[in-house]
Amino acid sequence: MSGQSTYQPTSAVGKWFESRLPVMGLVHDTMLNFPTPKNLNYWWTFGGILATFLVLQIITGIVLAMQYTPHVDFAFESVEKIMRDVNYGWLLRYAHANGASMFFLAVYIHIFRGLYYGSYKQPRELLWIIGVIIYLVMMATAFMGYLLPWGQMSFWGATVITNFFSAFPIVGDPIVEWLRGGFVVGNPTLNRFFSLHYLTPFILVGLVGLHVWALHVPGNANPTGVEVKSVKDDTVPFHPYYTLKDSFAIVVFMILFLWFVFFAPNFLGEVDNYIKANPLVTPAHIVPEWYFLPFYAILRAVPDKLGGVLLMFASIGVLFILPWLDTSKVKSATFRPLYKQFFFIFVAVSIGLGYLGGKPAEGGYILAARILTAYYFAHFLIIMPILGLIEKPKKLPESIAKAVLDKNGDDPGGGGAPAEAVTAPETKG
Amino acid sequence: MFRSKIAVTALALAALAAINLTPVAAVEAEGPANKKLDWSFEGIFGTYDRGSLQRGYRVYKEVCASCHSMNLLSYRNLSQPGGPEFTLEQVKALAAEFDVQDGPNDEGEMFERAGLPSDRFVSPFPNEEAARASNGGALPPDLSLIVKARKDGPNYLYSLLTGYEENPPAGVELGEGMNYNPYFTGHQIAMAPPLSEEAVEYTDGTKPSVENLSKDVVMFLAWAAEPKLEERKSLGFKVLIYLIILAGLMYAANKKLWSRIKH
Repeated sequence: MSGQSTYQPTSAVGKWFESRLPVMGLVHDTMLNFPTPKNLNYWWTFGGILATFLVLQIITGIVLAMQYTPHVDFAFESVEKIMRDVNYGWLLRYAHANGASMFFLAVYIHIFRGLYYGSYKQPRELLWIIGVIIYLVMMATAFMGYLLPWGQMSFWGATVITNFFSAFPIVGDPIVEWLRGGFVVGNPTLNRFFSLHYLTPFILVGLVGLHVWALHVPGNANPTGVEVKSVKDDTVPFHPYYTLKDSFAIVVFMILFLWFVFFAPNFLGEVDNYIKANPLVTPAHIVPEWYFLPFYAILRAVPDKLGGVLLMFASIGVLFILPWLDTSKVKSATFRPLYKQFFFIFVAVSIGLGYLGGKPAEGGYILAARILTAYYFAHFLIIMPILGLIEKPKKLPESIAKAVLDKNGDDPGGGGAPAEAVTAPETKG
Repeated sequence: MFRSKIAVTALALAALAAINLTPVAAVEAEGPANKKLDWSFEGIFGTYDRGSLQRGYRVYKEVCASCHSMNLLSYRNLSQPGGPEFTLEQVKALAAEFDVQDGPNDEGEMFERAGLPSDRFVSPFPNEEAARASNGGALPPDLSLIVKARKDGPNYLYSLLTGYEENPPAGVELGEGMNYNPYFTGHQIAMAPPLSEEAVEYTDGTKPSVENLSKDVVMFLAWAAEPKLEERKSLGFKVLIYLIILAGLMYAANKKLWSRIKH
C-alpha cells in the first residue's frame, strides 16, 4: 500500500480500468505481490484464519437471520424450527455457534503470538491498537449474539452483564435502562441486540480493513523480530508462498472447527440454554461462554462491584498502552530469556483465570482468582517495564536471511537460532 | 531453557491447584454419579436404535404424556428418516388417536377433529396453571429438549427414572407429596416413580422391565432433542474425510513450493 504500485495491467480493458480506479493494483500490491518475511511460522497463519471466520460468521448469520424471529415469544421456538425444519438449519446454527468459539480461540492465539514476538512494538503500535479495538467489538458482537436464542443462560447472562453498568454512581442506572430498553431484559433488549448483532460484524469488516492497512505500511513482524533489510534476500511475495501456506493452515483449522460442528456441537455450550428464558427462575450457576471466563473471574475477584467492573475493563484497557509499557528494544521472546519465561507464566495465569471464571465465586476459588488477577496486572504494569531494563537479550541475527541460514545449520557457531519449541511447526514447512 | 520454563509453569499450576481443589469436594458432593450406559447414538458412527425409539414413543405416549408436553414435535416427525421411522400409515393412525382443537370454522366456532401428521404433539394441559393445579403446584417440564437441557442428559435421565428409593435414608424428612430420588437436585422430586414393570405392553418380545422402559424412553427423548443426529454424523464423516485429504495435498504442495527457497 505504501509507495508506487508495481502493477502493470496487460490488457487494454485492464489499463482503461486501472487508470480510472486502481483497485486491481491495490489487490495486486496487498494480496499478491506484497513482500513478506520468508521466515514466518505457522503462528502467523491465524490472521488469515480469523479473516476466514469473520466471513463465515457473516454468511451463516445472514442465512440464519432469514429464519430467526427476534421476539421473546418466538425466538426460542424459531431457533428450534431452524434446527428441525429448515434444510441444513442444524448445520447453519451449529456452524454459527461453534464458529464464534473458534473465532475466539483463533483470536487468542493471534494475540498471544503478538505478545510472544513483540508484534505490538514500534513501528506497529497502531496496528496493535486497532487489533485490540477489533477484539472489543468482537466481544460485544458475541455477547449480543448470545442473547438471541433466548435460553436461560442467554437471558441471565445478559441480565448480569448489563447490570455491571449499574455499578457506576449516578449515571449507572440510567445506562442500564438505556441498554435494556426497559427495567429488565425483555423484548426491547432482544430487538436492539439483534439489530446491533447484525451491524457490528460489518464494523469489524471495516476495522479489519484498517488493521490490514496498518499492517502493510511497516510490513509483517517475524519470529526474529529483526526488520526486513533487503526485500530481495529477506522476503518472498505473498502469493503464492503465503496464500498457499495460509490456505493449508485454514483447512487444518477447519478440520478442528467442523469436528466440533459435526461430532460435539454442544460441547462448548451450556445445557441451560436449551431451556427457554424464564425471568422467574434463576439458574444455579450463571456463567458466560468460555471465551469470557477470564474476565468474569477478574470481575468477581474484587469484593467491590464498581471496582470489579473497572478492573475488568482495565484488563483489556491495559493492552492499549502495552507498546509503551514494554521497555525492551528487542521484539522477539526468542532472544529474551527472561521475558520468555514470564510469557509462559502469563499464559498459564490467563488459562487459570479462565478456569476460575467457570467455578463458583467462593472460598479458595476467590482467593486464587485474586492472586491471579493481581499477577495479570503485575505482568503488564511491573514485570514488562522492569524486564526491559534488567534483561540481557541474546545476540540478534544480522538479518532475516542470516537467521534462516543459521537455522538451516550452515553456520555452526550461530548463537541465535530462532527456532525453539514454539516455532517448531515452521521446520516442517 | 525449555525445561526451566516447564518447571515454572508446573509450579504455577500446582500452586493454583493446591489453593482451590479443597472446596470442590464440599460444593459438589451431592448425590451419586450417574449410571453410565452404552448408548447406541454415541460416537462418530452412532445411530439411534429404531426398535428402541418405537418402543420409547409408546412409553412416552402411555406414561409420560399424561403430565409432560412435547411442544416442539409433530406427529409427522415420527416417520422422518433418522427417527423412529414409523410408516406414514402408522403415523396417520397414531395421530388420529388424539383429538385436536381446530378452527374457527365458517360459523366462527372452534371444533374438535382427529389429529393429523402435521399436528404438534397434543399437550396434556391447556396451560401452565392447569398443569400446576393437577400436580400439586409442580410444573412437569416440556420434554422436547430435556436430554440436551441436562448435564450428561441420557445417563442422568436414565438414572433418575431407575433411581427412586422407596424409603428415604434416616434423617431425611420428605415434603408433602414428594418422593426420594438421590439423582435429583435436593433429592426430593414431586414426580412419583413413573415406570413400573410392565407399565407398557411391549409387542416385539422385549422384556418390559423398568430398566428397558427407561432405556427406551430416554432413547426416544434423545432423538426428540436432536432429530438430525444421524444426518449430521454421516455428513460430518464425509466432510472431514474430504478435508483431511485436501489438507494432505495442500501440505505436499506447500512443501514443494517452499523447497525452492531457504526459509
